[in-house]
Formats: sequence, C-alpha cells, structure tokens
Amino acid sequence: MKGIRLRLERLSKRFGRVVAVHALDLEVGAGELVAFLGPSGCGKTTTLLMIAGIYQPTSGAIYFDDRRVDHLHPRDRDVGMVFQSYALYPHLTLFENIAFPLRLKRLPHQEVAARVRRTAELLGIAPLLDRYPAQVSGGQQQRAALARALVKEPQVLLLDEPLSNLDAQIRVQARGEIRRLQQELGVTTILVTHDQAEALAMADRVAVFSTGQLLQVASPDELYRRPATTFVARFVGHPPMNLLEGTFTNGQFVCGRQRFALPAAVPPGPGYLGVRPEDLHLRGELAGRVVVVESQGRQALVTVDLDGVELKVLVDQADRPAVGARVGVGVQADRVHLFDASGVRIGP
Amino acid sequence: MPLLPPRWRLLVAVLAVLTLPIGAGVLWLLLTGWFDQVHGLLPVGGWSPENWRFLWQPVGGRPPLRVPLLNSLIFATVVAALEVVVASLAAYAISRMAFPGRRAFLGLVLVLHAFPAVSLLIAIFYILRLLGLFDTLAGVILVKVALELPLGIWLMKGFFDYLSWEIEMAALVDGMSRWGVFWRIALPLVRPGLLALGTFALLSAWGEFILPFTLIVSSQRWTMAMYMQSFLSEAFTDFGMMAAVGLTYAAPVLVLFVLGQRYLLNIYAGGVKG
Repeated sequence: MKGIRLRLERLSKRFGRVVAVHALDLEVGAGELVAFLGPSGCGKTTTLLMIAGIYQPTSGAIYFDDRRVDHLHPRDRDVGMVFQSYALYPHLTLFENIAFPLRLKRLPHQEVAARVRRTAELLGIAPLLDRYPAQVSGGQQQRAALARALVKEPQVLLLDEPLSNLDAQIRVQARGEIRRLQQELGVTTILVTHDQAEALAMADRVAVFSTGQLLQVASPDELYRRPATTFVARFVGHPPMNLLEGTFTNGQFVCGRQRFALPAAVPPGPGYLGVRPEDLHLRGELAGRVVVVESQGRQALVTVDLDGVELKVLVDQADRPAVGARVGVGVQADRVHLFDASGVRIGP
Repeated sequence: MPLLPPRWRLLVAVLAVLTLPIGAGVLWLLLTGWFDQVHGLLPVGGWSPENWRFLWQPVGGRPPLRVPLLNSLIFATVVAALEVVVASLAAYAISRMAFPGRRAFLGLVLVLHAFPAVSLLIAIFYILRLLGLFDTLAGVILVKVALELPLGIWLMKGFFDYLSWEIEMAALVDGMSRWGVFWRIALPLVRPGLLALGTFALLSAWGEFILPFTLIVSSQRWTMAMYMQSFLSEAFTDFGMMAAVGLTYAAPVLVLFVLGQRYLLNIYAGGVKG
C-alpha cells in the first residue's frame, strides 16, 4: 500500500448561502497523517466528504498526486473511509462487510476471501467474521469499519471521528493501534477530530479549522508552542491557555491593574497575552488570592485572582495552596504568547 | 397460568363486552355457513353442505367461483406490487434527494391522502372511459394504486428517513453507484417497511368493493367482493350460501394476517422503527 500526495487548492463548499469551507489550500505528503481539528460545524467533515467524493466542491480542486479527482465518482478515487457511526451494513456479516468493496471490484472469490482474512487478522477480528455488526462490541465494530476501509488498499484513508464512540479506555489504546497500522502501511491519512489530545497524539501535522477556514497547519509540537491565533491557543492544550485582554505599551502588557514584562518588542495598542498554566508558578511577584483549587492527579490547577484578573496556574500537588491563601504568581517571560487585537500572533 | 392483576381483569372484561358483537357476527357467519337455518345464534335443521355448492358449480347465472377468485387474486397482488415499487422509489427520492418542489409535493401527497376517494368516482369513471380502461381490471388497478400511493409514500419515507446517511455514504465510498446504493443497501434495510406496506396493500385491495363495483360491469371481471354482493341483490337471499361465500372470501385474509401481522404491527406502531 503506497500513499499518495494529496493537494487541496482553493477548495470551497457552499450550502445555499452558508459557506461551509472557504478557499482551503493544503498539501498532505505521501504517507503522512494529518488531523483536521476544530469544533463541530467548522468545515472539517465537509472537507473530508469532498475528498471522498460524497460532496462536490463549489469551487477549487483536489489532486491525488498529479491527478485531479474532484469531478470523479467516489469509486474512481480509491479512498477508504471510516465513519463516526462506523456505518457497517447491518444486514451483512462482518466478513461480507469487509468483502463488500472487493466484491464491487469483481475480484475473484478466492482473492476476496484471502484479503478479507488477512485484513481481519491484522485488526484482530478474524474470529468474529461470521457475526453481524449488532452482535459485536463497539470497539470490534470500529475495527471492522477500519478493515473495510483498508481491505481495498486505498491510496487515501479518511477517518471521520473514528474514536469518538468508544469508551475512554479503549480510545487511548485504539489511537496507538491506528497510528501504528497507518505507519506500517504508509497510507496517506486524514483524521477528522474535535479532540485536541487525539489530534496531537496521532498526527504528523494538525490542521486547525474554524468556521470554514484553515487557521494553522503545523506539527503538534509547533502548534502547542507557537499557536498562530488566539482561537488555536484556546483550542489546543489542556488545561487551556490563560488569555488576557489588555494593552501593549512600551515593553509591557497592561491588563486591569496588572503589568506583565514582555520578552519581545511589539507595536503598542490593544491585544492579548497568553500563557499556559504550566508556564506559571506561585513564587513570583504578582500578588493574588487563591479562588479555586482543582485536583488533576499528579498536579493541581489553581485559579488565582489578581485584583480582578483571573489566572490558572498548574502546580505540583506538594505545592498546592489552600483556598483563600495569598500567593505571588510568577510568569516565565519567554513562555508568553502575544496576539494583536484581531487575535493574530505577533510575538515572540 | 397466573391470574391477571385486578386492574387488568377489569380492562379485559370491558374489552370482552365491546368485542362481543363482533364475536357474535363471526359466530353467526360460521354457523350460517354450515347449517340449514340459524335462528339467533341457534342452528335449526341439519348440517347443510348445500351452502357450499358454489365451490364446484356455477350458481344462478353467475360465473364459476374461480373467475372472481382469480380476478381478486390478480387485482390484489398487482396492486400490492405496484404500490410497493412506486412508493419506495418515490419515498426514497423524497427522503434523500433535494429537488425543487419537494416540500410542495410532500404536502400535496398528504392532502391527497386525506381526500375522500369516493367523491372522485364520477370523474374517475369518465377518465377511464376516455382511456378505454372502463370495465377492465387494469383500470381499477390503476385507480386503486393511485388512491393508496399517498399513504404508501409517507409510510416508506418514514422508513427511509430512519436510515443512516453514513451507511449510504460508506457504500458510495466502497465503490457503489447511486442506484446500487438504493437497490442493495437502502431497500434491504427497509425490508420491514416493504413487507408491512405490501401486506397492507394486499389486504386493502382484497377487501376493496366500491371501486370494482363502480368501474366494472362484466361478470367475467368480477372480484370476490362483487361476487358476494351478487347474492344480496336478489329477491330471495340465500343467507346460508352467502355466509359460505363470505367464509371463503375471508379465508386467505386470515392466513395472510396470521403470517403478516408482525409487519402490520410495524405500520400501526408509526412506521419509523426499522
């Protein structure tokens, strides 16, 4: 199975007057796994369905390598897809479900049987092949859906929230399994998800969507360290980043009665300062009072009120303060994120 | 068997009283069919196989039984088949495809369903005459199908609406054509609906009286309902034979109902639960 390079060019989709996807440009390398991340209604699934050939783009182009495919019927695109509901055919056994795409290609019976067995073994569902979808667990249905998508050795694998219907425990396990399988097979893959942890854990690169537009495409690490906009900054990372609205003046950010030193020069004016809870500590000089303490296992999330400005600080359980205690919040100056008034990153 | 709880006993008693007249009617039919005479619900005189002689010989200028029986059979099966085919195609289009006038069409279908068909009879009579379909089985079949279609379309739409879009998308991605998705994925999944509608249409057509009575003249094209009615229209009514005919007419329905009641319950339960 050899992945292809996938390219989206100025891809747009309108439903009546609603713009679902707006002028999307994206290139996915051969064998790469790119996650489409965003809240529901942001256009990520619409984009996926255009790649699959279910939706016709309103304008723009889709290329698989150098072949333009956006006018082709799904069957001529050679994509495999796993749906959120798995969409197994309830009136067919798992064997027939997985064999379905091969039968449509009119492959000889023996080859169909052999390939179904091989794929089922790869996914650990070989003993269940004569059962019906309703007779197996959610995790097994999910594997069967993945087997059906992979059995025809597609050029592109599309995963639409494949894990969201699984129990939390199996989900983390399935994440790793899908990723390993994808790397072994080298198939170019798009994963649609609204779960930032899933996107960061599985993807080579993450594309963040909001209201039909692509905000940032970057590696998980880059996305976390240098979010391009306040939306990305809020969406990626848990617990979420503190984002303060205020004004930049010479060398300082002013928010309420608080002043924060800036690591880089930015033009003066209104804007946002962001800092992740783990980049704050309680041995600093900004005086405040503890309002809430939430236990997070090894660490605790402390909400501190600094004269009307609230900051969330992640501390070790050992350093956990009492509610009402007076503390001094400190900022690691080189770890702050600066955004202008429209939410675009301006530094550092 | 454990006794019913008190509240249920009362309910069963009330239902039993309400059902009594119907039960008595059925009992009368059974007795009258088999005995010489029945006074009230008491058989008088002897056992009378004479009531059943219509089974093997034509009675009083009427065609032999096999003629109306075969006509009814053709009428009911063709109506049911046409209705299932047309209703599922129309319902699928309405449920799945966006086309101009879709909402208006749906509303119109509903209005047609509510429209009392009897008020159309005279117009239908003229139209069939114009088409040369008056006094033919084909003409009555067309009319019956047309009148029953609105219900069928709405019923099947409910079943198709309940189908997941994602399953159809999966079939497209797996390489199936749009038509193939309808034929090999959607239709098998609404099988309970098809069976329910088919059974319902069959029963309704089997019991149909007013349309053939109005639109068919020749006794060679009588249906069972008309055959039975012909026993009433004489100066002397042979109730014994009429009851026997009625029992014969009802027998296939009883068989079908026993076989198909599981699917029929689907209709009466709202029709959306596939």
